[in-house]
Amino acid sequence: MADPPRPPPTKTAVKRQQAKTASRALVPVAQPAAGPEPLDDPRASDVDEWGRSEHMRELVRRLYDPLYRHWFRAEWEGLEKIPVDGGALLVSNHAGAIPSDAPAIMHGIETELGRPVYGLAEYIFRELPVVGTLWSRAGGVTAQPDNAYRLLREQKQLVLVFPEGTKGTSKNYSERYRLRRFGRGGFVEIAMRAGVPIVPIAVVGAEESMPILFKIPQLAKALGVPYVPVTANMLLLGPLLGAVGYFPAKFKLRVLDPITFDDVAPDQPRYSRSKVMDHSEAIREKIQDALHDMLQQRTSVWFG
Amino acid sequence: MGKRVLVTGLATFWGGRVAQRLEQDPSVDVIVGLDREEPTVELERTEYVRSDQNYSILSRIVKATKVDTIVHTFLVVDSTQMRSRTMHEINVIGTMNLFAAASAAGSTVRNVVVKSSTLVYGAAAQDPTWFREESRRSSLPRTPVEGSLESVEGYVRDFAEDNPHVNVSLLRFSNVLGPDIVTPLSKALELPMVPSLLGFDPRFQFVHEDDVVRSIEFVLEHQVPGVFNVAGDGLLPWSEVARICGKRTIPLPPFGMGLATGPLRRLGVELPPELLELLKYGRGVDNRRLQRAGFNYKYTSAGTVQAFVEALRLRKFVGDEPSYTYERDVEQFFRHSPAVVRETEG
Repeated sequence: MADPPRPPPTKTAVKRQQAKTASRALVPVAQPAAGPEPLDDPRASDVDEWGRSEHMRELVRRLYDPLYRHWFRAEWEGLEKIPVDGGALLVSNHAGAIPSDAPAIMHGIETELGRPVYGLAEYIFRELPVVGTLWSRAGGVTAQPDNAYRLLREQKQLVLVFPEGTKGTSKNYSERYRLRRFGRGGFVEIAMRAGVPIVPIAVVGAEESMPILFKIPQLAKALGVPYVPVTANMLLLGPLLGAVGYFPAKFKLRVLDPITFDDVAPDQPRYSRSKVMDHSEAIREKIQDALHDMLQQRTSVWFG
Repeated sequence: MGKRVLVTGLATFWGGRVAQRLEQDPSVDVIVGLDREEPTVELERTEYVRSDQNYSILSRIVKATKVDTIVHTFLVVDSTQMRSRTMHEINVIGTMNLFAAASAAGSTVRNVVVKSSTLVYGAAAQDPTWFREESRRSSLPRTPVEGSLESVEGYVRDFAEDNPHVNVSLLRFSNVLGPDIVTPLSKALELPMVPSLLGFDPRFQFVHEDDVVRSIEFVLEHQVPGVFNVAGDGLLPWSEVARICGKRTIPLPPFGMGLATGPLRRLGVELPPELLELLKYGRGVDNRRLQRAGFNYKYTSAGTVQAFVEALRLRKFVGDEPSYTYERDVEQFFRHSPAVVRETEG
């Protein structure tokens, strides 16, 4: 059964879709506390307030699954440490010119745990036609404190964030698995405010799936994008195919012990800078240590 | 003594509707309506004053009528209606004069309601999905209407600060749709094909015109000071808006549309810059503060679009002839002639 992705689905398809989303109870529906009867809300698609469509997500999962299983042969460790309910902030290292870690983490958790994952990313995505829309339908949300807070605290969702940002994905191959600065620790502050645990994830494999040989800063400046990489994939496969063709590096993902912030109350306007930075640094070290451990045990980039 | 209300912008959609509702309220003694044009809806006891918002006239009106409540709906948010110079005069200068008059020594004003727009938040890629009332816009105002509304809100804030004894409610309305109101957005949805920007499908939020009038009434009645977003629940993609309207979208190039607005306007398609930004990034506002204050919406965002479509269908049969034209002598006769028997007099 191959559903067409975009064209208007038939009425029954829409109903089926709505029933599906409702039954899965994945999508939060704002319920007025003790309000009057619910208002008539004649929606014609399943796109939620974040722009995510479970229908689209399903399609992406179906297309991505062979890649995940047979190309990257993703292997998880400690998946049981991800909470099965309640909000949690997933934090991971970020790599690959066009990062391959975000889809792998989202796909893995959604298929294994059946919980949706919202991926936070830079707003630059939204400025790109088509890409921005697809990204948002597939579960991408602009990394913005209010967005993260609402997803975590009010809707109790899983949210994935890469604190390194583009500093992680733009590093050259020679610097692989060396974590960059974790921003300004904003992710810790959000987790504290939302009262949710942080679950660190260490990913091995993404670095080798699309290694950056060098960058062209002049072109990046002219195009107004964070970086323009020249990858090994481009040299081997040509500039077009190389931009989308990943190398089949073996993916290993290790979930580390969750960090809770029981000593601070949620919903404070500000948190102690030193506390935030201490936690941020500790989480970064934890992921870095886990990466070193995983790399020590790895005998082959392609076979793990 | 009952309430004495000054409604600015009586000829605007909101001014007229609010005045009509105030007339139903027996606790309102006097309604004075101000505008540069004649009212477009039938009013029974509202006193219409034709004037622009000139300071000396405003302060005389406020002093002479001893109004205790000002409903300021005379703010232009549709930039296709007039040149930006005129809009600046009405929005910025008018508001400045109005609040200067209302804060004069011995002023009787105790309640102020201002109708602003969620245009003040702008629309940009780095925006949050939901703007809260205290959120700052993430881009600088680029269009004249956004700039003027920002200045207006500045005057309102100053007035509220300088006059702590006055209840000031500032309502920011989302995209309004309904059977009667005409906006660039409603015109876009009435076209045979709905314009969109290629590769963009932003989320939109709507509020029904009835909910707008009800919310103004609500803050007048409950006197809740502060800033409030007024918008229906939920965000829906532009493509879905078009689908509810039973129309297809026609994708326009996403870049360089600023140059095409002129020629398109001649073809009857009006896409002001603020609507183009909206078609790219959309805008959502958190509507919960007003709900916490006790207001209940009658329509969600999707429900608003549905109601708008139903009204459009009906309009095909009814036509959209104005059902009322203001005639000064007739209105004067009904209000002031001794020949008319007035029950409420005395």
